[in-house]
Amino acid sequence: MTDDRKPMIECRGVHKHYGDYHALRGIDLTIRAGEFFSLLGPSGCGKTTLLRTIAGFEDISEGAILIDQKHMEEVPANKRPTNMVFQSYAIFPHLTVAQNVAFGLRRDPRGKAEKAALVEEALAMVGLRGYGNRAAHALSGGQRQRVALARALILKPKVLLLDEPLSALDRKMREQMQVELIKLQRQVGITFVLVTHDQEEALVMSDRIAVMFEGEIAQLDGPEALYARPASRRVADFIGVMNFLPAHILGESDGVATVEAPGLGVVELPARQISRANPDDEGPTIGFRPETMTLVGPNQAHSQPRETNATIDEVVYYGDMTYYDLRLDGAAAIDGKAHTVRISMRNVFGRDVQEVGTRTRLAWSPGSLVLFR
Amino acid sequence: MKGQGRGLQAYALLYLLFLYAPIILLPLFAFNSGTIIAFPLQGFTTDWFSQMWANATLRTALTNSLIIAVSAAILATCLGIFAARASTRFEFPGKGGMMGFILLPMVLPEIIVAMSLLVVLLGAGVQLSILTVIVGHVLICMPYAIAILTTAFSSLDKSLEEAAYDLGETRWSAFRLVTLPLVMPGIISSLLISFTISLDEFIIAFFLAGNQPTLPTYIFSQLRFPKQIPMIMALGTVLVALSIVLLALGEYFRRRGNARMGGNPTGGFL
Repeated sequence: MTDDRKPMIECRGVHKHYGDYHALRGIDLTIRAGEFFSLLGPSGCGKTTLLRTIAGFEDISEGAILIDQKHMEEVPANKRPTNMVFQSYAIFPHLTVAQNVAFGLRRDPRGKAEKAALVEEALAMVGLRGYGNRAAHALSGGQRQRVALARALILKPKVLLLDEPLSALDRKMREQMQVELIKLQRQVGITFVLVTHDQEEALVMSDRIAVMFEGEIAQLDGPEALYARPASRRVADFIGVMNFLPAHILGESDGVATVEAPGLGVVELPARQISRANPDDEGPTIGFRPETMTLVGPNQAHSQPRETNATIDEVVYYGDMTYYDLRLDGAAAIDGKAHTVRISMRNVFGRDVQEVGTRTRLAWSPGSLVLFR
Repeated sequence: MKGQGRGLQAYALLYLLFLYAPIILLPLFAFNSGTIIAFPLQGFTTDWFSQMWANATLRTALTNSLIIAVSAAILATCLGIFAARASTRFEFPGKGGMMGFILLPMVLPEIIVAMSLLVVLLGAGVQLSILTVIVGHVLICMPYAIAILTTAFSSLDKSLEEAAYDLGETRWSAFRLVTLPLVMPGIISSLLISFTISLDEFIIAFFLAGNQPTLPTYIFSQLRFPKQIPMIMALGTVLVALSIVLLALGEYFRRRGNARMGGNPTGGFL
């Protein structure tokens, strides 16, 4: 959908070594102009290192980084068309809000009045109109975040780099800032590159997401594709919750695999539901998300093609949602292990929360399954 | 229950009396017209102060001491800034050992430092003067300067300088515009401590000054003459007053700096 936009950042075979530690292992990546792009991964996966090499704070050991089709190897951070919002915000505590925002304009030849107007405009953009004369150290976390954004955006960079910008905020504030960041990005049209370890944050905000493990990109996709068709078990496990059941492959023809899984019986899965990147070497595995299956009462009708009887093992109540851990009938007969799966149900009006030990039926469709092999 | 703290209270009072009574005696006798340091006090006089003011050797000693203390404070603080920034911002081989050796003079007996310096300087054929005293004082002030400045630098967020660099400043201007103002309370503390240490330092000044008097060596030499003692009392009074002013000034700047940065103390020592 965005393929026609020109590339803004290109990483070509980027490696980074710190002594013996291999932090980035051959990153190939193209981020397009105007994209909201996220680097997602657990801590130590190299996502922040990659962001810092794009910003110019770290040299790369091998490969090339291009921004707006220009090689960046010889360009220091203070000359790159990128600006950064730091995890700690790095607001200068000895300056006022306006002085902070105007900091990047110090070398700008424009006049004082013109700069003041730019500062006021930038502050208005992040919802801090009239805060210019406040002392920066007296601001709340969310306000600091906004000042950091205004300070970076006032320079009209080609790329805005955001290093875990929301991790220091409380949940409510974080959700609010996520929406504001999306709006802001649409408004200014600048390419945003966000580093985060929070999969939900990445899903909410990004056009595309690169999931990184151990200095490598494990999958690069849009949020929906990433969630619905994870390329490997590890990606699936990192993004949201996924149930895994050991699978037995009975046969395969024309890309369609016939698979048997404990409790689910025999299903046929087309090629688009099969992920062949399973480096974890755990053998074939069937995966499905908790919300893709439904608990139905004894006489309740449903429209799903398949159903399985199960016993409720555990109930976790979340207010709007309830998680049920289920023992599927017949699952233990396969290999003697009790395979519990987790199902989530919205607590819509009229639907009672079930009790532990209740016999129930699980309605599902083979279309929600993913096979990792 | 109520009387329980009495003993400790009395102890604390006695302790403070022991600490400060001798210092309170200084101004008492400085304004006393009697020539012997003994009670009862005689009359009020400011003669000792005028005598002190007229004393040319004393003035030389004072000038020497001020030159030495100001130079040593500035040099030790500048060198301290380099060391503190390097040790808080960068990792390099042998860092721990290096910092340890720089801080060692803090616990080394001063007489050993003074003696070995004297031997080396004489061996190298260097003329003893206030310059050599400055060198010695920088050596003993450095550990204190570094201790104070390291605290100031380590409480700084590393991203601050990076942010300034990212916003188009050079490495140096980022340091000057962001780091320097934020560690200023630490720098002022370091200057004051170094100045104070140098001003009243005796052993190194005694060994390395050649025939130049400094304030402590001059005072020591005058104590042999009972006639001079009231004047020394007057000098002591002036020094105590100056110390109080200096301390108050330092504390004022530290608090103002803290208030401006939202009560985030960066290496105040006083």
